[in-house]
Amino acid sequence: MAILEKRRLWLAALIAAAILFPLFVANGYYVHMMTISFIWMIAVYGLNLFAGYTGYLSLAHAGFFAIGAYALGILTVKAGWPFWLAFAAACLLTTLIGVFVGLVALRTKEHFFAIYTLCVGYIIYLIIDKWDSLTGGVRGFIGIPAPADIGPLSFQTPAAQYYLVLFFLLVVVWIMHRLVYSLTGRTYIAIRNSEELALTLGISTMKNKLASFVLSVFFTSLAGALYASFIRFLGPDIAYVSVMFDFLTYLLVGGIGTLAGPVVGTLLVTFLSQQLQFLQDYRMLIFGPVLTLLIIFYPHGIAGGIIRLKAKRGEARRLQLEARQASAELAAASRQERSERYAKEG
Amino acid sequence: MELFIQQLLNGLTVGSVYSLVALGLTLVYGILHIPNFAHGALYMMGGYVTLTAMTKLGMPYGLAIVASMAAVGLLGVLMERLVFYPLRNAPPLHDKIAAIGILLFLEAFAQFVWGADYQTMPTPYGDVVTVFGFTLTIQRILIIASAVIIMILLYLFLKKTFIGASIIAMAQNREGANLVGINTNKVAMLTFFLSGSLAALAASLASPINLVFPGMGHLVILKAFVIIILGGMGSIPGAIVGGYILGFSESLGATYVSNDYKDIIAFAILVIILTVKPNGLFAKEGR
Repeated sequence: MAILEKRRLWLAALIAAAILFPLFVANGYYVHMMTISFIWMIAVYGLNLFAGYTGYLSLAHAGFFAIGAYALGILTVKAGWPFWLAFAAACLLTTLIGVFVGLVALRTKEHFFAIYTLCVGYIIYLIIDKWDSLTGGVRGFIGIPAPADIGPLSFQTPAAQYYLVLFFLLVVVWIMHRLVYSLTGRTYIAIRNSEELALTLGISTMKNKLASFVLSVFFTSLAGALYASFIRFLGPDIAYVSVMFDFLTYLLVGGIGTLAGPVVGTLLVTFLSQQLQFLQDYRMLIFGPVLTLLIIFYPHGIAGGIIRLKAKRGEARRLQLEARQASAELAAASRQERSERYAKEG
Repeated sequence: MELFIQQLLNGLTVGSVYSLVALGLTLVYGILHIPNFAHGALYMMGGYVTLTAMTKLGMPYGLAIVASMAAVGLLGVLMERLVFYPLRNAPPLHDKIAAIGILLFLEAFAQFVWGADYQTMPTPYGDVVTVFGFTLTIQRILIIASAVIIMILLYLFLKKTFIGASIIAMAQNREGANLVGINTNKVAMLTFFLSGSLAALAASLASPINLVFPGMGHLVILKAFVIIILGGMGSIPGAIVGGYILGFSESLGATYVSNDYKDIIAFAILVIILTVKPNGLFAKEGR
């Protein structure tokens, strides 16, 4: 119970820090960077749900991110829909595409699934790149409006946009938290650990995998739509493999299959990227090997590592306690034996 | 009719390149069951090494190809030793992520060393000849001929030599191969060497027709994956046949359907195959 309380306290402190951040940091650039990181985090949570908890590596998520972003752009600019309607429609549309992709892709397993989704991601990229009249092709897509006002709330200033994205991030984290500790979440983990076993236990793996996949696509499309309304310029690059790789790096550095992982990893890697900005296009010279080394030597990431460390320490403490108890019992027994012997000898 | 046959010849050229790349991929998959996403990067490195050997070191085309095959083969061995060997007992997710890490590293590396520009590779075989009324460059004939020769050599190597047989043995049953005294580590390294060399050869042959640039491996590797799914993961004849099927359907599709979307044909084929048969065509049933 005490541990739970402590965790709540930490969480409250973190949220408070996130809320106070734009008030104390006057530098607009940092607020911008934080907002972008939050958007990435939402997408990484999507990836985490499916790769981390359900155990399937989908390489099409950058594509879904791009569909969400482009759908918002096209619906607001070309179709002239009101912003929030377009926002909801963009997420729904992407999720719907996710359902169809999932229905087919999830018939495949492991390597086939990775290759299949890689190809799906590439098809999405090619379509965005080639369909000039709709997406603007390589020239990009400009003029996406900022989020429209909701009643008295206006999202024109960077700080307001920061809070909007933070709000969505917190909602996503909350959903993930509720999900992971629910029976459904346990079911996903069971599928990750062994699909055959889950099937034998009477779990409908297809239904669960599809639900997990669709929800993960939904999170990613949400991030995409937020990205479009925040950056307000889109290029086909956002559907590209390198974006997928960024997501994976954030997830792995933070800890795949952990709740804190996406936040920790995204913050750390974006911060480091800022420091390494002089490398520009060559940053993969460092991040490529870092990712590879990480997966070889430290596959649990930072959050996963801490959880493991804690578990180990908890185990050690438990063992120590047990040992102390046992020795105390032993001592008591021998004392009793001795006193009985003394009593007998008189 | 003439256009049709011209396109068939085109398909034969493209298919030869695809087959060579897919062969390397399928060899590695057969042995280690790793979908090597970094294979496209090996292809790209092959193109650059040949180009550098020709322009900077002044080697003739043929010698440059041999040097490139050796260099990229060693790069493959290095990859196996440093990355895939330590990951041999890890969950399958890890291999794939590690391979993507290597891919992006090698691409950044190529961009760092050679720049992001598109470069042309000179070839001594650029002349045009007319055979039975069809015009084609000697380079294309060279591609087709050397691909066929290499495939025959590879086949003979795998079927007729002891080392080749040990590769096949390991693909069939890793523990079994180990039990009868095959050094599986050496075989794995050799397979990666072959795989890298084949990729380098394919890149060196195709570059004078296409171009050399850091992203040149992307489409090729994706198509190679389509091919080995088409032909059965780990199957060598499947990789060859699949490569030519894709080559033909692309060149015919580019002429008769749409040139802009010809790259999608491969993926459309894949999507259809996996929709109907989730384990790929010719998947081995039961193990």
